[in-house]
Amino acid sequence: MEWSSVLSGAIEQGIGPSAIIYCLAAIGLNIHFGYTGLLNFGQAAFMMVGGYALGSLIQTWGWPLFPSLIVGLLMAVVLALVLGVPTLRLRADYLAIATIAAAEAIRQVLGSAALNDEFGGQDGRYGFVDGMRSLNFIPSGGVHFLGLDFRSYDFFIMIVGWTLALLLCGFVYLLMRSPWGRVLKSIREDEDAVRSLGKNVYSYKMQALVLGGVIGALAGIMSGLATSNVAPSDFATDTTFFTYTVLLIGGAARVFGPVAGALIFWFFISGLDLFFDKMTSGANPTIPASIMTDDQASLMRLIFLGLILMLIMIYRPQGIFGDRRELAIDAH
Amino acid sequence: MRLRTAALLSIVMGVLLLGLTSPAQAATNETIDVNGQLSDTRTDPAKPVPGVKISVEKDGAEIASGTSGADGSFSIALPGAPIDLLGEKITVKIDTDTLPEGAELRDPKKTTLKITIKTDSDIRIGYAIGPATDNSVGKLTEIGQSGINGIFLGLLLALAALGLSLVFGTTGLTNFAHGELITFGALAAFMFQDEWGWAFFPAALVAVILSGVFGLANDRLLWKPLRGRGTGLIAMMIVSIGLSIFLRNIYQYFFGADNHQYTGVPAGKLWNIGSIGISPKAFYIAVVCVVVLVAVSLAVQRTRLGKATRAVSDNPALAASSGIDVDRVITTIWIVGGALAGLSGIMWGLTNGFDYQVGNKILLLVFAAVTLGGLGTIWGTMAGSIIVGLLVEMSSIVLPSELKYVTALVVLVLILLVRPQGLLGRAERVG
Repeated sequence: MEWSSVLSGAIEQGIGPSAIIYCLAAIGLNIHFGYTGLLNFGQAAFMMVGGYALGSLIQTWGWPLFPSLIVGLLMAVVLALVLGVPTLRLRADYLAIATIAAAEAIRQVLGSAALNDEFGGQDGRYGFVDGMRSLNFIPSGGVHFLGLDFRSYDFFIMIVGWTLALLLCGFVYLLMRSPWGRVLKSIREDEDAVRSLGKNVYSYKMQALVLGGVIGALAGIMSGLATSNVAPSDFATDTTFFTYTVLLIGGAARVFGPVAGALIFWFFISGLDLFFDKMTSGANPTIPASIMTDDQASLMRLIFLGLILMLIMIYRPQGIFGDRRELAIDAH
Repeated sequence: MRLRTAALLSIVMGVLLLGLTSPAQAATNETIDVNGQLSDTRTDPAKPVPGVKISVEKDGAEIASGTSGADGSFSIALPGAPIDLLGEKITVKIDTDTLPEGAELRDPKKTTLKITIKTDSDIRIGYAIGPATDNSVGKLTEIGQSGINGIFLGLLLALAALGLSLVFGTTGLTNFAHGELITFGALAAFMFQDEWGWAFFPAALVAVILSGVFGLANDRLLWKPLRGRGTGLIAMMIVSIGLSIFLRNIYQYFFGADNHQYTGVPAGKLWNIGSIGISPKAFYIAVVCVVVLVAVSLAVQRTRLGKATRAVSDNPALAASSGIDVDRVITTIWIVGGALAGLSGIMWGLTNGFDYQVGNKILLLVFAAVTLGGLGTIWGTMAGSIIVGLLVEMSSIVLPSELKYVTALVVLVLILLVRPQGLLGRAERVG
């Protein structure tokens, strides 16, 4: 059995396009949840409007890449405003349920057969990345180093994505050191106190929702660009939950929390997947089919994911790099 | 008239089931086939419809056609190697002139299906044949029928939501793993029936009892220790998300991803009251729901334990200091909540069939019901459930039925805009 292939496969996924998508989504969520304490369970909806604006504008209406991209980000602003008005005044638990409900409603509408001509129903939009491919400067043979193999376009996406992620981290770092960022953090700690100092809490929360939402839309756009497809199933409730897992592993309210979380999450998840796949494949698998078939093996990573989310929340809610004092999670 | 309403009901069920249980068949030969079976659902069992011409067009030109055989089945091989057909868009047409006398498509406008070929497996399609859905059915009848269906759905949701609401009221936990409690009941009953060959009623009864035990296990193994550690409510909410993902995949591990049905429960002949049709099965399910809901309400209102439950919901610290055993109340709530959820899973499975994620699929509706009424209030939960049930069914009068859940979710968000604490919730200053 070649264990090195499991390891290299896990590393490839750990730094690959999917990790970038969740990293970006988690950077946005970090502004909502980590810094402002908003329990936004609708991050998938922000990703969805970004990705769908890109996909449908290019495929359905024949727009070029960059204008569609801008519209995708603007759609996230619109969504944040529309979503924020009814939900931002709610208590944390109501906010969570209202945002999750809104996200699912948006997903079902965009995926409906009635809007098949515009958004492609359950298949979504695909094949809209020609504009992005034409910018690719990586040799077509792909990139190979240290036993890792990346296809040319994937590597291009990785360069763009990780650059973007690092820029955003720098941006978040500066923002959170600014007076504006300090107001956000104090809203998380005690919003009544902030209100008594004459700050408009609602307006700050809205700004945070818009900012994090736009970054979420960037994640959706990257998802569309990386896979050349956006479909309703990419933006289900579980996508939001995985983003939370990424954020919580790395550490909420930490600038590099989402980056660390995404690397570790995807390394671990794909490592598990490859491991169990290897253990159950072949004519004479290491784990007999009576205990685990290869179909069942593909579930193991999600079983572990659920366990990890529970354990991390119970034993180390601040994540690997977080600071327990900087957490909205102990609220009662 | 009777047939129409019967057909209407069975269309709803049929569409629901079709959507869930018709995976494309694996390719068995070198071509991609468009296949399916035509049957006339006016009779029970459905009668095959032979001799109907079905054609396949690409870019407006016919490329293949076929006729349904004696058993109503048809199979049309598409010309060309599967690899060349990938990504092509085809249109499948049914020739309505070849339908036998009296039979029509349920939806007369739905004679063509547009399909994009994405895999090399065969494409299975279906047409609903039966009496045409007569649009002259009075709006009033339609509203009445949707109203009845909505109340049935609402009762089912109330059963599912009550456990969630009780747990929230007493412990403050927003349990995202509540859907898995619902699924547990459905799967347990199925296991007794399918694997061990029990009859449905004993299987369901034991499954409900086991669901109560499962609820208790949830509390003892996870939530009670967490409360002891002083874990925050938001942290617990996220733990419940982890638990939900964990359990859902464990279920799939052992039960697979197939859709299941219970056997041995007769559907019965449709009853007709005026022009409104009521399926006896749905009616008895509704009766069970009402009996259980009334019993729980009475218990909460009248018994000592019920009063203690309300006291704990109101103010746990005060309840404890006035001599109420808060732990015992919470234990009872978890047992009752688990059993109610399990029962609702079985009832849901009886109506719509179920799979490993049935509870997760309806979780948002359940949350909508609970939140709409006001988190943690028993009356609010019941009112919210009926409202959500009615909204879901009524909305399909004006909207495509695929969007029927959306209405409930949107209304939830809008009501929270006006009443952030839900309809019957206690007002609290939240911002």
